[in-house]
This record gives sequence, structure tokens and C-alpha cells, in this order.
Amino acid sequence: MNNNINVAIIGGGPAGLAAACTLYEQGICDVHIFEREHVLGGVLFQCIHNGFGIHHFKEELTGPEYAERYIQKVNKTDTFVHTDTAVIDLYRENEALTLVLLGSKEGLQVFTARAVILAMGCRERNRGNINIPGSRPAGIMTAGFAQRMVNLEGYLPGKEIIILGSGDIGLIMARRLSLEGVNVQGVVEIQPFPGGLTRNIVQCLNDFHIPLYLSHTISNIFGKQRIDSVEITAIDNQLEPDTKNRFTLPCDTLLLSVGLVPENELSVKAGVILDEATRGPVVDANCMTTVPGIFACGNVLHVHDIVDYVSEEAARAARTAAQFVNKSLTDKDGIRMLAGNLVRYMLPTKVYTGKPTIVSLRPITPVEDIVLYAKRNGEIVYKKKYQKILPSSMIQFELPALSGIEPVEVFFAGEET
Amino acid sequence: MKHFDVIIIGAGVTGAAIARQLSRYSIKTAIIEKETDVSFGTSKANSGIIHAGFHSPPGMLKTELCIKGNRSFDILKEELGFSFERRGELVVAFNDEELQILKNLYAQGIKNRVHYLELIGTARLREMEPNLSEDIIGALYAPTAGIVEPYEYCFSLIENARQNGVAMFVNEKVAVIAKQLFGNFVIETDSGLKVSARFIVNAAGLHADEIASLAGITSFAITPRKGEEYLLDRRVGNLVTRIIFPVPTKDSKGMLVIPTVEGTVMVGPTAENINEKDNFSTTREGLRCVFENAKKMIPGIRLHDVITSFSGLRPVATGDDFIIGTTSVQGFINAAGIQSPGLTASPAIAQHVEDILVKEGLSLKVKSSWNPKRTPFIKLRHSIATRDYAGYIKNTAGNPGYNKLVCRCENITEAEVTEAVSRGHTTLDGIKFATRAGMGRCQGSFCTYRVLKLLEQQTGIPIEKITKKGGGSEIIKFPMGKGAPHE
Ligand SMILES: Cc1cc2nc3c(=O)[nH]c(=O)nc-3n(C[C@H](O)[C@H](O)[C@H](O)COP(=O)(O)OP(=O)(O)OC[C@H]3O[C@@H](n4cnc5c(N)ncnc54)[C@H](O)[C@@H]3O)c2cc1C
Ligand SMILES: Cc1cc2nc3c(=O)[nH]c(=O)nc-3n(C[C@H](O)[C@H](O)[C@H](O)COP(=O)(O)OP(=O)(O)OC[C@H]3O[C@@H](n4cnc5c(N)ncnc54)[C@H](O)[C@@H]3O)c2cc1C
Repeated sequence: MNNNINVAIIGGGPAGLAAACTLYEQGICDVHIFEREHVLGGVLFQCIHNGFGIHHFKEELTGPEYAERYIQKVNKTDTFVHTDTAVIDLYRENEALTLVLLGSKEGLQVFTARAVILAMGCRERNRGNINIPGSRPAGIMTAGFAQRMVNLEGYLPGKEIIILGSGDIGLIMARRLSLEGVNVQGVVEIQPFPGGLTRNIVQCLNDFHIPLYLSHTISNIFGKQRIDSVEITAIDNQLEPDTKNRFTLPCDTLLLSVGLVPENELSVKAGVILDEATRGPVVDANCMTTVPGIFACGNVLHVHDIVDYVSEEAARAARTAAQFVNKSLTDKDGIRMLAGNLVRYMLPTKVYTGKPTIVSLRPITPVEDIVLYAKRNGEIVYKKKYQKILPSSMIQFELPALSGIEPVEVFFAGEET
Repeated sequence: MKHFDVIIIGAGVTGAAIARQLSRYSIKTAIIEKETDVSFGTSKANSGIIHAGFHSPPGMLKTELCIKGNRSFDILKEELGFSFERRGELVVAFNDEELQILKNLYAQGIKNRVHYLELIGTARLREMEPNLSEDIIGALYAPTAGIVEPYEYCFSLIENARQNGVAMFVNEKVAVIAKQLFGNFVIETDSGLKVSARFIVNAAGLHADEIASLAGITSFAITPRKGEEYLLDRRVGNLVTRIIFPVPTKDSKGMLVIPTVEGTVMVGPTAENINEKDNFSTTREGLRCVFENAKKMIPGIRLHDVITSFSGLRPVATGDDFIIGTTSVQGFINAAGIQSPGLTASPAIAQHVEDILVKEGLSLKVKSSWNPKRTPFIKLRHSIATRDYAGYIKNTAGNPGYNKLVCRCENITEAEVTEAVSRGHTTLDGIKFATRAGMGRCQGSFCTYRVLKLLEQQTGIPIEKITKKGGGSEIIKFPMGKGAPHE
């Protein structure tokens, strides 16, 4: 087999699948998807709830249904699909992008590619990352792990559950486990506002009478072999624990839904520079990373809450990757994008003259009645009013085509009069 | 009832080193451990440093055995195939007063016969460790210090001992020790196992005082001294090359920044005398303390790089030294109070115990069949580190298990897990310590189920009965559709 390929897509989740479809539409051949799991679809396979595809397919699908649509589309292309194949190393050798693969059928193989699309998704933050003090018994796990156990493998983690963090996965699991007869004692959130989408707070907690403890955190874990209780402490507005205001709840399981981190270990090996705020690669308007020929999309780039946007972003990345292999990607000297007031992160960091660009961002905190501005030399180039902005909801807008090289600042502010 | 010449109680690094030492002779040796796996006590929760030996004064047993132990590690690494690197220790000083302490430590080290000790200035120091704080004005350098993964070292000792005929009992807590008329001991465990022996070696770590008192010896007590440690992501693995110490305090060597042989960095430990021998919790205060101290030496250390934490209890005996030797009960030998530097000293402790046994009348003849070599694991991560992929393909040909990834963070393959199970590890923590599956940045979210499945396939234990670290620590409690919790 020829080990010099055209485009390598690392990861066969929604991002990788959409990228493959677009590359095919663009007439690119010799495209390979590498997926370490036995099946394509990524994290969607364990998301058996509905709510996927509302933007893209204009109907409410479950995660597996959404994935299935794309898998069928990919199956109609001439993409080479390698499942049970993990990419274990990625580096540049004499300008060539080199991938090392470990496949259960083919064994260890070394490939080179003209372009690489990173679509590795993200992983969940765990107990160590947030430093919860206490003992270290069994029964503490991430919500996504529990989701996989319940939805795919057929095991319930326990009977008395507490969830730390109000991210979407935790909320979905609160409902899922309640439906299985598990007693979900509550969801504990350190911030004064929920981490997940509003619709999930309503449908997964309120409808099941599960208490949400905002401005609280888990300050201690008890239990020798299996967890038997946790100590919950209120947090003041400096995010410091209020030691007079604490209580203990019994439980046999603690689920952590405390955020996702883009999985960029491979990217770093290849020399890709990461953004401190997104923990994903720094990219330009072409979704190209700081290493020429390496593109990124989906949760590996920044954590998305809606899969439809993942698919769209992947299509954009694939379109420019196609131009790259066709040697028609000629953009130089872009316009810098600066994140301003109330913007937690924003990408891309660079746009190009004469092309409209989709910009993605998240606000730092929830605010009501606010305006999003993109300004250049004091002149407004884009503006939109929001009734409410939330850190849990990503904002996307299309920045119109610009000329010149002066940077653009994007920020939130009150209505200018 | 099975009879042995020597029974060792406790399979920490002390017991393991003694077992391996005795495994070369044609006597019958057994080792009894109360936990499900070996090295599950203090020996898995420490700093992993093979100390140079200047921290304690001459004349103490722990000093002598530390120096001797340190010198054994090159041969042991060769024979047993565990990772060991002589990275060197640096004790750093921030002011003149601390410089004076370094000079005293240097003099003490020279008296202890620590080789190649040096006092070094800032220019050399910066070159050696560019990430050190600008405020450091000098250091004591001991190039002979090294690092190991303590459980890997302990497992390798036990595996080699068993290979050479040492009998191993796990999940057996020694509850009764009786002495028979003709001088033999009868040991009974809480599950009813009864074995007899001519000699007992008490290597029960934190519980060595209780084991001694079962035999009627009450001459010492063990007080736990807790140490919390925090492990950082391998992303910051190159912050330090050597082990960085502050100047020591009365009770401890201080809080350190420690490179590991696996390319990560550890910070800690704290040192706090506590009352309970089963309090392994970590605390907010400990975390604060460790980071404050570490940052003072290496300002680039960041809290958000922590991937996990643990704490270990040093078994501190009355008198603050190791208690190794015969007792008022003939044939009962202590290897107790093995606090730091017990890991370093372990090979020398083993030799010392052998000498005592011989003096007490045990005759030792080397077996012709004795094999000092243990087969190390084939590790994918080592091939990735060196990019020796052709070598990996060659070494793993014929075993498809080496082509299946189980742990994505540490790159552990199915074959490595299978190998660990066949070497006797049957809990999730056992597999983790034997292979590193679950030890990386995702802390098992990805591999836990895969490991459980492999354990189920190989041991026949159903998934819901597989534990993290023994009875009561089941990971996933209920298969769905089989009753609970709807019942
Ligand atoms: C619990 C949960 C609930 C959600 N609910 C909704 C919802 O209701 N509505 C909605 O629109 N969106 C939802 N989402 C979001 C959506 O599912 C994700 O944003 C989307 O799946 C991200 O796609 P991705 O392709 O970037 O990543 P993933 O789906 O994570 O796919 C990444 C793929 O890459 C593979 N991979 C990674 N590294 C390697 C490697 N080195 N070698 C080979 N393969 C590799 C992985 O195995 C995986 O298959 C939810 C997400 C979760 C986790
Ligand atoms: C935080 C910390 C950092 C350290 N760092 C270093 C270092 O860097 N370098 C160094 O040289 N040393 C270090 N040490 C010291 C070192 O870890 C110990 O000296 C060493 O591990 C002690 O080994 P042990 O075998 O004596 O005890 P243990 O490992 O505790 O083993 C004793 C065993 O006996 C078993 N046992 C107890 N009671 C019974 C019973 N009734 N029946 C059967 N079995 C029983 C226990 O389960 C246990 O497995 C450190 C210690 C700590 C706590």
C-alpha cells in the first residue's frame, strides 16, 4: 500500500465526517479518516437523547441518528475509512506531515499526508484538574463515562448520585439516571449561573425536581473504599468558600461535569500553537493552524454546545484544506482580530481581505440587553443586539468582507447613542 | 498446614526486597499481604526518589542503608528492567543562612561517603536548570540521586521473587501469631489461612507495631506522618531535569519538585503527623502549601497543570530511625519504622535482614536455578518517545494485542494490560500501577471500561464485581436489567 496520502482526517466524529463529505464534494481524492473507536460517529453515539440537527436538518434527531446521516453520506464517497485505528504520533519530517497509526488490523504504520485535518474532539475534565480535597475511593467518575456505561454498555454506576458541575453532559445524565430509578440528589455548581444550556436546565432538572445548588462546590469527599458522602460548601462572590455555610449529603456516586478540554496532544507534537483561552489551536479564517497544512475543526478547536455548528465548521475547514492541496490557498497578511470587553474567547485570530468570515465567540458571564460590536478604526463593521448572552451558548456571526490591514476589535457594550 | 523457613509479613518495598533477596537460596519463603495487590501501602504513594544520602547524620541505620541501597540500583535495574535514572538532586538556597545549611549538609554528606557531592554557584545552576527562580543563590548538587516509579520497582521485585519460588498470599491479613513448643511460629489470617514458619520478618509498614504486638513485642509504636503529593501533566514535564529540594526542616526534606521517569512532574510532599493510619485524604491546606513552596523554587509551576493527587503515610517509629533486627521473641525479626529513605534503602535492608537471619542460624545455599532476570513489559510509549517504530513492529510481531490501544493518554496497549493480569494484577488500581493505564491526563475516562472488559475476559470476574482496590471498591455497581435499583 502507498503510504503517501493526500488528506488525513484524524477523528471520525461529526467534525471528521463532515470534513470528509466536503472534501469529496470539492473533488479531492485519496482522503483517509482515522478513528480509534470501532465505529464512526464520535461522542454522538452515546448521546441517545434528542436535540441534534435542529439547525442543519431542521428536525430534532438523536445523536446516533445525526451521526448516521453523515456516515451514510461518507459511505457514498470514496473516502478510506480506518476504524479501530488510533493516530499515536504526528510530526513534520522534511516538510512532510507524518502520521503514525496503530490499527488493530494493520498494526503500526507510518503515513505521510499533504494536509491533515484535526478532528479529535475533546475530553472531560476530572477530579484532579479541579483539586477536590478528600479521600480517593471508587465511585467518582466523569459524567461522560457514566453516560457511556448507561447508554452503551448497560451498567448503572450507583443508586444515590450527586453531580458536580452543571455542564450539559451532567444535566443530561441527571435526567437519564432519574429515568432509570436512580436518586439524583442534586447538581452542584460553583458559578452563580448554570454551565449548560437553558433548555437542559428546564427539561433535565426542573421537570424532575432535582435541586440545583448554584454558588456551591464540593469541598470534601468521604468514604474509604466507595464514596459515601460529600461536603458541599457555599461560595461567596470572590469565589472563596464560606465555611460557615456547608452541609453533607450522602451518596454512592459522584459524577463530574466540570468542563471539556480539547484533545490536542497530537497537535502539540506537530508543533501547533494552542490558544490559552480555548485550549485549541490558534487558527486563521481558513481554520488553518500555525503549522501550514494542518487544519482544525469541531471540539478539538473549541468546545461547541451544538453539533450543527461542528459540522458547519468542519465543512469550512475542509473547503480551505482542499484549496491548500490544490495549491490555490494564497491568503497572506491577514487582518488581526482582537477579543475585547466581555469576550472570553474568539476565533479566528486572523481574517483575510475581501472575504466574509464566520466568527465564533463566548462571553465571560451572563449579561442582559447588550450589543455585540465589531469595530475598526472607531467604525462599526458589525453590530447585533442580544436580549441575553450566556457563557454556555456560543455566539457566531458573519463578519463582512474587509480591506486594509488594520485590526478589528470585537466586544460587548451598551447601545451606543 | 504449609510450612516455610521464612515468612515475610507485608508486601511493600521492604518485604518485596527481602523476598527477592531470599529467593536466591534453597529455602522456603512466603510473603503475606493484607491488600489485594502488592505495593498498595506506603510503597505506592511516595516521591520515588533514590536519595543520595546526605540528609541524615552518620551513625544512624537509615543513613548507612540509604547509601548502600543507592549503590545497588544500577545492577537491580539491569536485572529487573524497571525504569531508573540517576538525574541528581539539587538543594537550593535563597539566602546566606540557607547557604550555611548547605555547607553543613555538604560536610555531613562527605562524612556519610556520598560520592561526587558539590556546592555550586548560580551560573552553573542556571545552565543546569533554566526554570529555577532568579532568587536562588546557590545549591548543593548530588548527581548520584535517582528516580524510579516506586510501584514498578516493587512489582518487579515481587515478580522476580515469585519466579524464583517465593510463595505469595494476598488478601490475607495476619491476625494471630503463636509460637509452638518446638520453636516454630503459626500465623493465622483473618480469613482462616494457617501457615507455619521458623522465622518471621515483620515488614508491615504502618502496622508493624501491631504485628510485633501480636508476637508479644511492645517495644515501639508507629506514628503516621502524612505526605500529600500533586502530579502535573506531562506537558510541563521539562520544567526540571533534576530533583529540586529546598533546605530541609527538622521533620522532613521539605517540599520538592520531582521529575518522574515517565516524563511528568510531581510536587510535594507535605509532612504532617496524624493519628489515623487510614487517613489518606488530601486537603486544601496541603495543596496551597505544596504549590507555594514549589512556585518559590520554580515560578513556572501552575495549579491548572495538576492531573491528580494522592497522599502517603510514612511509618515513623519511636526513635526516628529504622528498627531492623532481632527481638525478645526468638526468630521474630523486625524490619519496621521504614520511613524515608526506605525506598532507597530497600536493597540494603534486604541484605541486612539476610545477614541477621544467617546469624540466627538460617543456613543459606544459592540455588543453581536462581534467575535474577525479570522480563520487562514491551511499552508502546517507549517506542513513541524514541520514534523507534521499526523496532516496535519487530518486537511485537505475532501478538495483535500490541496493536490495540487501551489507554489513549499514556498509550497503553491491550497486550500490556493482558500481561499485567497474567502477572497477578486483578484490580483497576493494580492494572493502573502495573501498566499506567488510567494514570494520564484523562484519569481513566477513556480506558476504565476497556480495562474492566479485559479483566472480565481474563479473570472471569464479572464487571460489576471488579474493584478499584479490593473489597467494597466496586467501580460500576449495577448491570442494568438485572434488578437494582428498580427492585
Ligand atoms: C453528552 C453530550 C451531549 C450533547 N448534547 C448535544 C445536543 O443535545 N445537541 C447538539 O447539537 N450537540 C450536543 N453535543 C455536542 C456534540 O455532540 C459535539 O459537539 C460533537 O460531537 C463534537 O464533534 P467532534 O467531531 O468535534 O468530536 P467527537 O464527537 O468527540 O469526535 C472526535 C472523534 O475523534 C476520535 N479521535 C480522537 N483522537 C483520535 C486519535 N488520536 N486517533 C484516532 N481517532 C481519534 C474520537 O474517538 C472521536 O470519535 C453534546 C455533546 C455531549 C458530549
Ligand atoms: C509521601 C512520602 C514520600 C516518600 N518519598 C520517598 C522517597 O522519595 N525516597 C525514599 O527512599 N523513600 C520515600 N518514602 C518512604 C518510603 O515510601 C517508605 O519507606 C517505604 O515505602 C516503606 O515500605 P514498607 O514496605 O516498609 O511499607 P509499606 O509499603 O507500607 O508496606 C507494608 C505492607 O504491609 C502490609 N500489612 C500491614 N499489616 C498487615 C497485616 N496485618 N497482614 C498482612 N499484611 C499487612 C500493608 O498492607 C503493606 O502493603 C516516602 C514516604 C512517603 C509517605
